Parts: sequence; C-alpha cells; structure tokens
Amino acid sequence: MKRISTSLVQQILLICLSLVSLYPLWFVVQTALKTPQAYAVDPSGLPRAPTLANFLSLFQVMPFGRWTLNSLVVSVVSVAAATLIAVMAAYAITFGRFFGQRVFFNLNIALMALPPVALVVPLFTLMVQARLINTLPSVMLVYTVLLIPFSMFFLVNFFRELPLELIEAATIDGASHARILFRIVMPLSVATTATLVIVNAIWVWNELLFALVFLQNNDQRTLMAGLTLFQGRYSTNEPLVMAGAFLSILPLVVLYLASQSFFVRGMTAGIGK
Amino acid sequence: MVLSVRGPRQPPDSQSTRRRRRGPIRRRLWAYLFVAPAALAIAAGFLYPLAKVVWFSFYSGSLGALSYVGTANYAGLWQDPVFSQSVLNNLKLLTTVPIMTVLALVIALILNAQVRGWRQYRAIVFFPYILPATAIGLVFGYLLERNGVLNTQLRHWQLGWMAKDWLGSAANVVPTIGGVIIWQQLGFGVVVFAAALLAVPQELVEAAKLDGANGWQIQRAILIPYIRRTIEFFIVVEAITVLSSIFTYVFVLTKGGPAEASSVMEYYIFENGFENGAIGVASAAVVVLLLVACVLIGFYLRLRARAADTGR
Repeated sequence: MKRISTSLVQQILLICLSLVSLYPLWFVVQTALKTPQAYAVDPSGLPRAPTLANFLSLFQVMPFGRWTLNSLVVSVVSVAAATLIAVMAAYAITFGRFFGQRVFFNLNIALMALPPVALVVPLFTLMVQARLINTLPSVMLVYTVLLIPFSMFFLVNFFRELPLELIEAATIDGASHARILFRIVMPLSVATTATLVIVNAIWVWNELLFALVFLQNNDQRTLMAGLTLFQGRYSTNEPLVMAGAFLSILPLVVLYLASQSFFVRGMTAGIGK
Repeated sequence: MVLSVRGPRQPPDSQSTRRRRRGPIRRRLWAYLFVAPAALAIAAGFLYPLAKVVWFSFYSGSLGALSYVGTANYAGLWQDPVFSQSVLNNLKLLTTVPIMTVLALVIALILNAQVRGWRQYRAIVFFPYILPATAIGLVFGYLLERNGVLNTQLRHWQLGWMAKDWLGSAANVVPTIGGVIIWQQLGFGVVVFAAALLAVPQELVEAAKLDGANGWQIQRAILIPYIRRTIEFFIVVEAITVLSSIFTYVFVLTKGGPAEASSVMEYYIFENGFENGAIGVASAAVVVLLLVACVLIGFYLRLRARAADTGR
C-alpha cells in the first residue's frame, strides 16, 4: 500500500515537472497559430481558428528567410572548420608527441570554461581592422575558434579509448598519419563526431552576443540576432514574435526527437570523464 | 559513455609514443603540423584578445584615438553604482546554483528508482536545455508580463495576491531571471546526475539492503557520496555559467532594466563596449570578471585533473 502511494506521488511530481518543462513550448505553438485579436481576447486558451498568417507575414515584414539561411550557412561552415581543425589536433595530442603537449591540452581545458564575453571587445576591434565587421565571415571565424577547445577535449577523450595497437600496426605498415586518421580513426569515430557536430551546431545556432555585436546590417543578421530586432519592433504583436520564435526552435526540436541520445551525451560531456 | 566510469586509461606519454620520439625528425614533424591550425586559432582567437583586453583596460577613448589613463578605468568601476549593481546581481544569481543542484538531485534520485516512464521524463526535463536562450527570453517575456499569462491565470485561480510585476519591478526582476535560468538549466543537472547514479555498482546497493538500510539511508549514505565528484563538477560548471554566460537572458528579458536593476557583468561590458563606446571601461570590467572566473576555472581544472587520475 505504502509502495503504491509513494510511486503515485512520484508520478504526480514528474508529471507536474514535465508540464512546467513543456508549457513554454506549447505557448509558443498555440500563440503562433492565433491572430493578434484572438490573442488579445484569450492569450492562454486554445486557438479557436488556427491560422498560418503569422508565418507568412514573418517573411514579408523582415528578411526572415535570409536570416535563417545565414544561420544555416554560419553553422555549417564554422562547425565543419572547427571539427576538422580539432580532429587533427586531437589526433596529434593522443597519438603524437610534441613540445608543450600537456600544457597545450590543459590550456585547452581552461579555455573551455572561459567566458566568451571576455573576447568580444578585442575581437570586435580585430574584425573592424580586418574590415570583416557586418559580414558573415566575422562570426564564422569567431565561432570556429570558440568551438575548438571543447571539440578537441571531446575528441581526445574518445581517441584515448581506441586501441593503440591499431595505430601502431598501421604505422609499421608505412601508412602516413593523415591516412591513418582519415582511413582508420575517423571511420571508428562516426558516432562521436556526429555527437560533436550536433552539439556544436546547436551552440552556433543559439549564439547571440557575437552575432548581435558583429552583424548590424539587416540582411547580414543571424536568426537569433534577427529575432531580438524583431522583438523590439513588433513586441505588441505577440503571435508574430512567437511565430518567429517557433521557427528558430523548430530545427532543434526535430533534431532532438531524431537523435536524443547524441544530444544528451554531447551536451553533458563537460562534466565527469 | 563520456560520463561513465572508465577502465585504465592510456596515458599520453605511453611507451609507444616515447619510442616514436626517438625516430628521425621527419617522423616527428607530423604532430606539429597536425596541431598547428588549432594552436594558431587559439593564439589568434583567445590569447591575443586576452592580452589585448588587459591592454585596453588601461586606455580610454575610442578605437584609433586611445590614450593611456593608468588605472582610471578601474577606479571608475569602483565608483560606478551600475557596476556594483551588476556584480551584486551576478552574486544574487549564484544562489540559483545550490537550488538547481538540490532540485536536480532529488529528481535524479526519483528517476533512478526506475519509476515508470523514467526515460521519457528524463528526455522531457532535458528538453529546455537545448533551446536557444533568445527564444526562451521572448516566451518568458510574454508569460511574465504585468498582464501576461501567468498573472492572468493566478487571478483566475483566485491567487491574485501572488501576481507580481515579475520583470518590471526592481525588487522582483533578478529572482525572476534566476527562475528562468533554473527552468532551462535544471534538466542538464538531472541528466548528469541520473547518468552518474546509473554507474553506481548495484552490489553496493544490494549489500546495504541486506544490512537493512531503507531507501532514504541508501540515498544518503551510498548514492550521494558515490556521485559526489559529479555534483562538485556540476556546481562549478553552473557557477561559471551563471557568472559569465547569461547575457542572452538579460538582453532579451529586460535589457538590464528597469533602470539597470537587472544588469549583470556581461551586460555591463556589452553596454559600455558597444552602446557607450567606452572600450576601456568595458575591458576593465572584463579583467574583473576574468579574475573571478579564474578562481572557478581553477576549481574546474582541479576537478578535471582528479577525474583524469581516478577515472571518475
């Protein structure tokens, strides 16, 4: 009897917790489907007459399509560059030997915890000097750099689990290290790399501070920076803003549903082993 | 996998790498070539800016017309009530860390009892953590307006006395931001703790049960001590986050308002560096933030080193 009541209490607690976790998403969806008039009458109720008009006007009043495309391009380029650079460095850290190896790796771990805001002023002046401000390459470069420490750490942890004999055998057979890395190690690391790519892409997709500061031309914004501009102009049109928020969340929800375990593994990697 | 307890690990200076060291130079060169892009990126993107920001902190004026002012920027911070308010707000927000830790631990322990649907619950609770803070800020901005959904519902349920101006009053705004941070970050703690609890050897728990320990005693005497390292990690990581990665919440929810009441150090840096064009003041604030962050990063490095030594 006591058993049953304990588990009942636990279930009620967990259901409440789930509702609290999911309600804001539900609010986004149902608000985005309402007209502003319907929202004014009943902000929290179900949409009586669901409409997609908000999604259409998003693309009319602001370059929303362009922003989405920008975010996509920036994510792909910086994640690809960071992954390639980190893979090579992680391989050298794990299987090679070079001067300052240990210091380099420890520095890298410290940089994982460095507040990004510490870099924003000097990197801004650097980008101004390089005439890259207000162009997408400015954020691509910065994101690539910012992703490297965590990526390297994550990959080194995985590479250390690979059997060393594998590398040694290939070395003895005369394979070059580039060949070993891309023909032997990478095929064994597909799942790990996928995890890393997903986590990094989400980080880039969600980043606001650098995008806000570096990109001030309307057409050059990323989706997140665009959304904050949007918020300022249309804050009294709640359904429109929520439609924008929904579009910014949608890819993440789809990815999460499709590959939940990758997320969990990657996003919790800074803790523990 | 990343979180699991691991077996003996291959140290970086193992026999085979030592053997390779004695090879001809051409055979050692590859490691330098492989590391070079990353080293360059880190030097240009982290080390140079960090040196530059310290340098800026002794200068005043705008880019191209900087003049040396000694420690005047630091003295200015000391006297600026907005800066002290920002630091104070960061400290207040740090109280979210113990709250999150306890809540996450309780939820993880419930999930660990293998209640029905625990995997689904874990997935749901983790979900907010992946969302962009920008979108979250937009949503909570509407939910927490003076006549927003929360207050309307509270009045509807005859709980009008609980309705507050969550974001618009100086007294409420920081706790409200703290609440939003907890809402998003809690699932991270739950997942981390649940994974650590799964790694507790079942024999330990069984043995305690044979000795007549009840559920509460097992949790207190076995489970929690066993995952202590993970708890410490979580506390340090979250403290770093709350201290230095909450700009988006503040920017989207309040822009530091009302009247700077919810400014935090990051927001102060942003405002001075980019809205007021005071690079020197912003840089001095960065140096102060870095000094505080260094202490936490030091803790983080120590925990990491211990994790590497013990595999846990």
